[in-house]
Amino acid sequence: MKISIQINEGPYQHQASDTAYQFAKAAIAKGHEIFRVFFYHDGVDNASRFTVPPQDDRHIVNNWADLGIKNADGNEVELVVCVAAALRRGMLDASEAGKNGIDSNNIHPAFRISGLGQLIEAGIQSDRLVVFGD
Amino acid sequence: MSTKKFMYLNRKAPYGTVYALESLEVVLIAAAFEQDVSLVFIDDGVYQIVDGQNTDGIGMKNFSKAYHALGDYDINQLYVSAESLTERGLSVDDLMPLVYEDEDDDWAEKPSIKVVSNVEISKIMSEQDVCLSF
Repeated sequence: MKISIQINEGPYQHQASDTAYQFAKAAIAKGHEIFRVFFYHDGVDNASRFTVPPQDDRHIVNNWADLGIKNADGNEVELVVCVAAALRRGMLDASEAGKNGIDSNNIHPAFRISGLGQLIEAGIQSDRLVVFGD
Repeated sequence: MSTKKFMYLNRKAPYGTVYALESLEVVLIAAAFEQDVSLVFIDDGVYQIVDGQNTDGIGMKNFSKAYHALGDYDINQLYVSAESLTERGLSVDDLMPLVYEDEDDDWAEKPSIKVVSNVEISKIMSEQDVCLSF
Protein backbone atom coordinates (compact mmCIF):
# COMPACT_ATOMS: atom_id res chain seq x y z
CA MET A 1 0.00 0.00 0.00
CA LYS A 2 1.15 3.53 -0.78
CA ILE A 3 0.97 5.69 2.34
CA SER A 4 1.58 9.37 2.98
CA ILE A 5 1.98 11.01 6.36
CA GLN A 6 1.15 14.47 7.65
CA ILE A 7 2.86 15.68 10.85
CA ASN A 8 1.26 18.66 12.55
CA GLU A 9 3.28 19.09 15.75
CA GLY A 10 6.81 20.06 16.69
CA PRO A 11 9.50 17.65 17.93
CA TYR A 12 9.97 16.76 21.63
CA GLN A 13 6.94 18.86 22.64
CA HIS A 14 4.52 16.29 21.24
CA GLN A 15 4.54 12.63 20.31
CA ALA A 16 3.26 13.21 16.76
CA SER A 17 6.64 13.13 15.04
CA ASP A 18 7.96 10.18 17.09
CA THR A 19 4.84 8.14 16.51
CA ALA A 20 4.81 8.97 12.82
CA TYR A 21 8.46 7.89 12.55
CA GLN A 22 7.77 4.57 14.27
CA PHE A 23 4.70 4.12 12.07
CA ALA A 24 6.72 4.84 8.91
CA LYS A 25 9.44 2.38 9.86
CA ALA A 26 6.90 -0.31 10.73
CA ALA A 27 4.97 0.24 7.50
CA ILE A 28 8.12 -0.05 5.40
CA ALA A 29 9.15 -3.18 7.32
CA LYS A 30 5.79 -4.67 6.34
CA GLY A 31 6.49 -3.93 2.68
CA HIS A 32 4.40 -0.77 2.29
CA GLU A 33 5.68 2.34 0.54
CA ILE A 34 5.83 5.72 2.25
CA PHE A 35 5.24 8.10 -0.63
CA ARG A 36 5.69 11.39 1.21
CA VAL A 37 5.95 12.85 4.71
CA PHE A 38 4.47 16.34 4.86
CA PHE A 39 5.35 18.63 7.77
CA TYR A 40 2.73 21.25 8.60
CA HIS A 41 1.83 23.64 11.44
CA ASP A 42 4.57 23.41 14.13
CA GLY A 43 5.55 20.13 12.45
CA VAL A 44 7.87 22.21 10.27
CA ASP A 45 10.22 22.47 13.27
CA ASN A 46 11.07 18.80 12.76
CA ALA A 47 13.24 19.94 9.85
CA SER A 48 15.64 22.23 11.72
CA ARG A 49 19.28 21.29 11.19
CA PHE A 50 20.07 23.37 14.29
CA THR A 51 18.40 20.82 16.55
CA VAL A 52 20.73 19.68 19.37
CA PRO A 53 19.03 17.30 21.80
CA PRO A 54 20.85 15.89 24.85
CA GLN A 55 23.20 13.07 23.84
CA ASP A 56 21.25 10.38 25.64
CA ASP A 57 18.03 11.26 23.83
CA ARG A 58 16.82 10.40 20.35
CA HIS A 59 17.61 12.87 17.56
CA ILE A 60 14.26 13.31 15.89
CA VAL A 61 15.50 15.41 12.97
CA ASN A 62 18.33 13.02 12.18
CA ASN A 63 16.01 10.05 12.56
CA TRP A 64 13.95 11.39 9.70
CA ALA A 65 16.98 12.56 7.73
CA ASP A 66 19.03 9.39 8.14
CA LEU A 67 16.43 7.43 6.26
CA GLY A 68 16.40 4.45 8.43
CA ILE A 69 13.13 4.76 6.56
CA LYS A 70 14.26 4.10 3.03
CA ASN A 71 11.55 2.38 1.05
CA ALA A 72 12.00 -1.27 0.14
CA ASP A 73 12.82 -0.28 -3.46
CA GLY A 74 15.73 1.82 -2.16
CA ASN A 75 14.04 5.12 -2.94
CA GLU A 76 14.26 7.73 -0.26
CA VAL A 77 11.11 8.83 1.50
CA GLU A 78 10.21 12.39 0.49
CA LEU A 79 10.35 14.78 3.41
CA VAL A 80 8.44 17.94 2.50
CA VAL A 81 8.09 21.07 4.65
CA CYS A 82 5.22 23.47 3.97
CA VAL A 83 6.67 26.76 2.81
CA ALA A 84 3.98 29.04 4.25
CA ALA A 85 4.03 27.33 7.64
CA ALA A 86 7.85 27.28 7.63
CA LEU A 87 8.38 30.93 6.76
CA ARG A 88 6.07 32.27 9.46
CA ARG A 89 7.93 30.14 12.02
CA GLY A 90 11.45 31.17 11.00
CA MET A 91 12.28 27.97 9.09
CA LEU A 92 14.15 28.81 5.90
CA ASP A 93 16.21 27.06 3.28
CA ALA A 94 18.95 28.93 1.41
CA SER A 95 16.62 29.95 -1.39
CA GLU A 96 13.93 31.37 0.89
CA ALA A 97 16.56 33.07 3.06
CA GLY A 98 17.95 34.78 -0.05
CA LYS A 99 14.49 35.86 -1.24
CA ASN A 100 13.68 37.34 2.14
CA GLY A 101 17.02 39.00 2.83
CA ILE A 102 17.86 36.81 5.81
CA ASP A 103 21.48 35.87 6.44
CA SER A 104 21.09 32.22 7.42
CA ASN A 105 19.05 29.11 6.79
CA ASN A 106 18.12 26.17 8.96
CA ILE A 107 16.32 23.51 6.94
CA HIS A 108 18.16 20.18 7.10
CA PRO A 109 19.29 19.17 3.59
CA ALA A 110 17.32 15.91 3.76
CA PHE A 111 14.11 17.97 3.76
CA ARG A 112 12.80 20.22 1.05
CA ILE A 113 10.47 23.18 1.22
CA SER A 114 7.44 23.13 -1.02
CA GLY A 115 3.82 24.20 -1.21
CA LEU A 116 0.59 22.85 0.20
CA GLY A 117 -0.20 21.37 -3.18
CA GLN A 118 2.26 18.62 -2.24
CA LEU A 119 -0.04 17.65 0.62
CA ILE A 120 -3.13 17.52 -1.59
CA GLU A 121 -1.23 15.59 -4.24
CA ALA A 122 -0.08 13.12 -1.59
CA GLY A 123 -3.73 12.60 -0.65
CA ILE A 124 -4.65 11.98 -4.25
CA GLN A 125 -1.71 9.71 -5.10
CA SER A 126 -1.65 7.60 -1.93
CA ASP A 127 -3.94 4.83 -0.79
CA ARG A 128 -3.90 6.32 2.70
CA LEU A 129 -3.02 9.70 4.20
CA VAL A 130 -2.32 9.36 7.91
CA VAL A 131 -2.38 12.53 10.05
CA PHE A 132 -0.38 12.78 13.29
CA GLY A 133 -1.18 15.64 15.66
CA ASP A 134 -3.70 17.09 18.08
CA MET B 1 -5.78 13.36 -12.20
CA SER B 2 -8.33 11.26 -10.38
CA THR B 3 -10.99 12.78 -8.18
CA LYS B 4 -11.22 11.86 -4.54
CA LYS B 5 -13.49 12.91 -1.73
CA PHE B 6 -11.56 15.18 0.66
CA MET B 7 -12.98 16.21 4.01
CA TYR B 8 -11.44 18.94 6.16
CA LEU B 9 -12.40 18.66 9.79
CA ASN B 10 -12.19 21.93 11.71
CA ARG B 11 -12.26 21.40 15.46
CA LYS B 12 -10.55 24.41 17.02
CA ALA B 13 -11.47 28.04 17.77
CA PRO B 14 -10.07 30.49 15.21
CA TYR B 15 -7.51 32.59 17.10
CA GLY B 16 -6.30 30.58 20.12
CA THR B 17 -4.18 28.35 17.91
CA VAL B 18 -3.07 28.54 14.29
CA TYR B 19 -4.90 25.37 13.18
CA ALA B 20 -7.96 27.18 11.81
CA LEU B 21 -5.98 29.65 9.72
CA GLU B 22 -3.65 27.01 8.33
CA SER B 23 -6.56 24.65 7.66
CA LEU B 24 -8.21 27.36 5.59
CA GLU B 25 -4.95 27.83 3.67
CA VAL B 26 -4.96 24.12 2.78
CA VAL B 27 -8.59 24.25 1.69
CA LEU B 28 -8.02 27.23 -0.59
CA ILE B 29 -5.01 25.52 -2.21
CA ALA B 30 -6.95 22.27 -2.49
CA ALA B 31 -9.61 24.05 -4.52
CA ALA B 32 -7.16 24.20 -7.44
CA PHE B 33 -6.98 20.40 -7.57
CA GLU B 34 -10.65 19.98 -8.51
CA GLN B 35 -11.37 17.35 -5.91
CA ASP B 36 -14.70 16.76 -4.18
CA VAL B 37 -14.20 18.91 -1.08
CA SER B 38 -16.30 19.15 2.06
CA LEU B 39 -15.68 20.93 5.34
CA VAL B 40 -16.91 20.04 8.80
CA PHE B 41 -17.08 22.49 11.69
CA ILE B 42 -17.35 20.70 14.99
CA ASP B 43 -16.48 21.29 18.67
CA ASP B 44 -14.92 24.77 19.05
CA GLY B 45 -14.42 24.75 15.27
CA VAL B 46 -17.93 26.19 14.94
CA TYR B 47 -16.52 29.49 16.20
CA GLN B 48 -14.46 29.76 12.99
CA ILE B 49 -17.54 30.75 11.01
CA VAL B 50 -19.36 32.85 13.61
CA ASP B 51 -20.55 36.13 12.08
CA GLY B 52 -19.19 39.51 13.14
CA GLN B 53 -15.68 38.50 14.18
CA ASN B 54 -13.56 41.45 15.32
CA THR B 55 -9.86 40.99 16.08
CA ASP B 56 -9.05 44.66 16.69
CA GLY B 57 -8.26 44.04 20.34
CA ILE B 58 -5.90 41.08 19.88
CA GLY B 59 -3.54 42.29 17.17
CA MET B 60 -4.27 39.33 14.88
CA LYS B 61 -5.49 39.28 11.29
CA ASN B 62 -9.24 38.70 10.97
CA PHE B 63 -9.24 35.94 8.38
CA SER B 64 -12.94 35.13 8.66
CA LYS B 65 -13.74 37.03 5.47
CA ALA B 66 -11.83 34.40 3.50
CA TYR B 67 -14.57 31.84 4.24
CA HIS B 68 -16.83 33.88 1.95
CA ALA B 69 -14.50 33.00 -0.94
CA LEU B 70 -15.11 29.26 -0.56
CA GLY B 71 -18.29 29.38 -2.66
CA ASP B 72 -16.37 30.97 -5.54
CA TYR B 73 -13.98 28.00 -5.43
CA ASP B 74 -16.86 25.50 -5.74
CA ILE B 75 -16.48 24.55 -2.10
CA ASN B 76 -20.08 24.52 -0.97
CA GLN B 77 -20.46 21.50 1.30
CA LEU B 78 -20.00 22.98 4.76
CA TYR B 79 -21.35 20.72 7.48
CA VAL B 80 -21.80 22.19 10.95
CA SER B 81 -22.40 20.02 13.99
CA ALA B 82 -25.82 20.74 15.49
CA GLU B 83 -24.68 19.40 18.86
CA SER B 84 -21.59 21.64 18.89
CA LEU B 85 -23.72 24.71 18.15
CA THR B 86 -26.24 23.86 20.87
CA GLU B 87 -23.56 23.12 23.46
CA ARG B 88 -22.20 26.64 22.89
CA GLY B 89 -25.55 28.44 22.89
CA LEU B 90 -25.25 29.15 19.15
CA SER B 91 -27.61 28.63 16.23
CA VAL B 92 -27.22 28.84 12.47
CA ASP B 93 -28.32 32.50 12.72
CA ASP B 94 -25.05 33.28 14.54
CA LEU B 95 -22.98 31.99 11.61
CA MET B 96 -21.77 33.89 8.55
CA PRO B 97 -24.24 33.60 5.67
CA LEU B 98 -21.90 31.62 3.42
CA VAL B 99 -23.34 31.01 -0.02
CA TYR B 100 -22.48 29.70 -3.47
CA GLU B 101 -23.97 30.10 -6.93
CA ASP B 102 -25.46 26.87 -8.25
CA GLU B 103 -24.47 26.54 -11.90
CA ASP B 104 -27.04 23.75 -12.37
CA ASP B 105 -29.83 26.07 -11.24
CA ASP B 106 -29.25 29.24 -13.26
CA TRP B 107 -26.58 30.42 -10.81
CA ALA B 108 -29.09 30.78 -8.00
CA GLU B 109 -27.46 31.77 -4.73
CA LYS B 110 -27.76 29.00 -2.16
CA PRO B 111 -26.51 28.48 1.38
CA SER B 112 -23.33 26.41 1.70
CA ILE B 113 -23.88 25.66 5.38
CA LYS B 114 -25.80 22.58 6.41
CA VAL B 115 -26.40 22.00 10.11
CA VAL B 116 -26.34 18.26 10.69
CA SER B 117 -26.14 15.87 13.63
CA ASN B 118 -22.88 14.23 14.65
CA VAL B 119 -24.35 10.90 13.53
CA GLU B 120 -24.82 12.35 10.05
CA ILE B 121 -21.28 13.76 10.11
CA SER B 122 -19.86 10.35 10.94
CA LYS B 123 -21.83 8.85 8.05
CA ILE B 124 -20.53 11.49 5.62
CA MET B 125 -17.02 10.98 7.01
CA SER B 126 -17.20 7.26 6.33
CA GLU B 127 -17.82 8.03 2.65
CA GLN B 128 -14.59 10.04 2.28
CA ASP B 129 -11.29 8.99 0.69
CA VAL B 130 -9.17 11.47 2.65
CA CYS B 131 -9.94 13.16 5.99
CA LEU B 132 -7.66 15.95 7.15
CA SER B 133 -8.21 16.90 10.76
CA PHE B 134 -7.29 20.35 12.09
